Amino acid sequence: MKPEELKYAKSHEWIKLGDEAVVGVSDYAQHEMGDVVFVELPKVGQKAEKEKQCAVVESVKSAFDILSPVSGTITAVNEAVAADPALLNQSPLDEGWLFKIKPENPADAETLLTWEQYQVFIKQA
Amino acid sequence: MYLPHTEKDKEEMLKAIGVSSFEDLVKQIPSKFLNPEYNLPEGLDEVQAARHIQKLSEKNRKTLNFLGAGAYERYTPAAINALISRGEFLTAYTPYQAESSQGTLQTIYEYQSCMCALYGMDCSNASMYDGATSLAEAARAAVRITGKKKIIYSAAINPQYLKVMKTYFAQSEEYEFIACPLEDGKVTLASLDKVLDERAACFILQTPNFFGLIEDGEAIGKAVKEKGIIFIVSADPASLGMLKTPGEMGADFATGEGQSLGLPLSYGGPYLGIFTCAKPLVRQMPGRIVGMTTDKDGKRGFVLTLQAREQHIRRDKASSNICSNEALCALSATIYATLLGPSGLRELAEANAGAAAAAAEKLTEIPGIKKTFSGNFFNEFVITLPCDADMLREKILEKENIDIGLPLKTLFPEMGNALLVCATETKTEEDIDRLAKAVKENL
Repeated sequence: MKPEELKYAKSHEWIKLGDEAVVGVSDYAQHEMGDVVFVELPKVGQKAEKEKQCAVVESVKSAFDILSPVSGTITAVNEAVAADPALLNQSPLDEGWLFKIKPENPADAETLLTWEQYQVFIKQA
Repeated sequence: MYLPHTEKDKEEMLKAIGVSSFEDLVKQIPSKFLNPEYNLPEGLDEVQAARHIQKLSEKNRKTLNFLGAGAYERYTPAAINALISRGEFLTAYTPYQAESSQGTLQTIYEYQSCMCALYGMDCSNASMYDGATSLAEAARAAVRITGKKKIIYSAAINPQYLKVMKTYFAQSEEYEFIACPLEDGKVTLASLDKVLDERAACFILQTPNFFGLIEDGEAIGKAVKEKGIIFIVSADPASLGMLKTPGEMGADFATGEGQSLGLPLSYGGPYLGIFTCAKPLVRQMPGRIVGMTTDKDGKRGFVLTLQAREQHIRRDKASSNICSNEALCALSATIYATLLGPSGLRELAEANAGAAAAAAEKLTEIPGIKKTFSGNFFNEFVITLPCDADMLREKILEKENIDIGLPLKTLFPEMGNALLVCATETKTEEDIDRLAKAVKENL
């Protein structure tokens, strides 16, 4: 996926918006985390709330909560990244995606950052 | 006392967390516990203090003791104290630079290996405070994993464990505790069926249970797992040389009170919390874990592992706020288990079961005394007396210096004159004859 086509949360998740949105961790965030050794994914069918924890990524440094960028129902999870967590480092925007979600509130997307805004945001941070 | 913080430091810290004063910070502590009056007498010099303590110690009575109920009188082989008294073990505090203390880490690794073998489980942590806190941490892990708030437990778990567990969850009212009723002192599949539902995070079984009875852990485990509920088993490690292991029952988490592995009673502690789990749940295990690895030259080494969810890294989001372990007690238990070995642990378990069976037989020969439950038991059992159990206990304690067991009326009012009697490997035939004679004569 091209980074310019994605939206970003301030907690460093990316989302590819759509009827079935895809969520992952930004390239900047995977770099900051270091080598990822474990990924704990939500369950399919589970409800996720905007800005609430719904997955955990554990690296050699620490464990990080992954917040859902929008509210909705989880429709799929990436079993491949659970089996091989290094995918998250190698390919954060493609093979390292985390889960798919059916958004329930279109307004949730309004507060997300564009690629340009996210670039400015991480420079400030 | 040296306090490193200046008034200014304190003010800044209070401001950062949004409380106005130190008093405001501790306001949820009931005032009677804040700076209570101690009314302490004047200090004593060394000679006076030694004399005072000597006098206090003379009040201790060496009784012939048939108390159990979670803490068990054991023989501690002399080798244990000789080994744990070495300065490297006895005086060492938590190794903050853990990997430079390879010897300490190796003993913890050996402890973990022993507990895994004994409980038939994949992983063990470096130990916790006691059996009660281990069980509470297992319940907390189950709640974290499932996101569910209902905890179902056998009504025959140690009542003190239940109290500690409820304390762990006391900050929130959203947790629900449901007791699985008993039939003839045990959990049955029928009684289990009445309480298990899809809202349950876990089911907690203790075997041998608080009444000493051996539960059908395999059948119970199967029924619990079929419903997708996390199965937690608390088991006395001294029984596992003979009984089915929690691993064989399909336990997800297995915990226990490690005092049973040769630690002295010591008027209540320090004891040892055993905590083990199945491998897929290892990241939910609280506390420290020691792993074995190789260094860059291929030499064996020991490290603290899976620390990413611990308090010093993850702060308030840590799996647990435990950040220590009972290293010396764990070492003691490890030496005990390895001195005895698998065949010795089996003999130990058989000696316990044999002593308790002999005591039960002798006591129930006395007219008016009946066994309360019919099931098989390990090293303790319940009898129903024809008189008040507390009064009989006091009387025999005064007259004969024998503690006949724990009257159950305070903990279980519906059990009336029931008495929980324990006989470990420390009880001889002669001891048991003395007990039976004393009970018979004072009834």
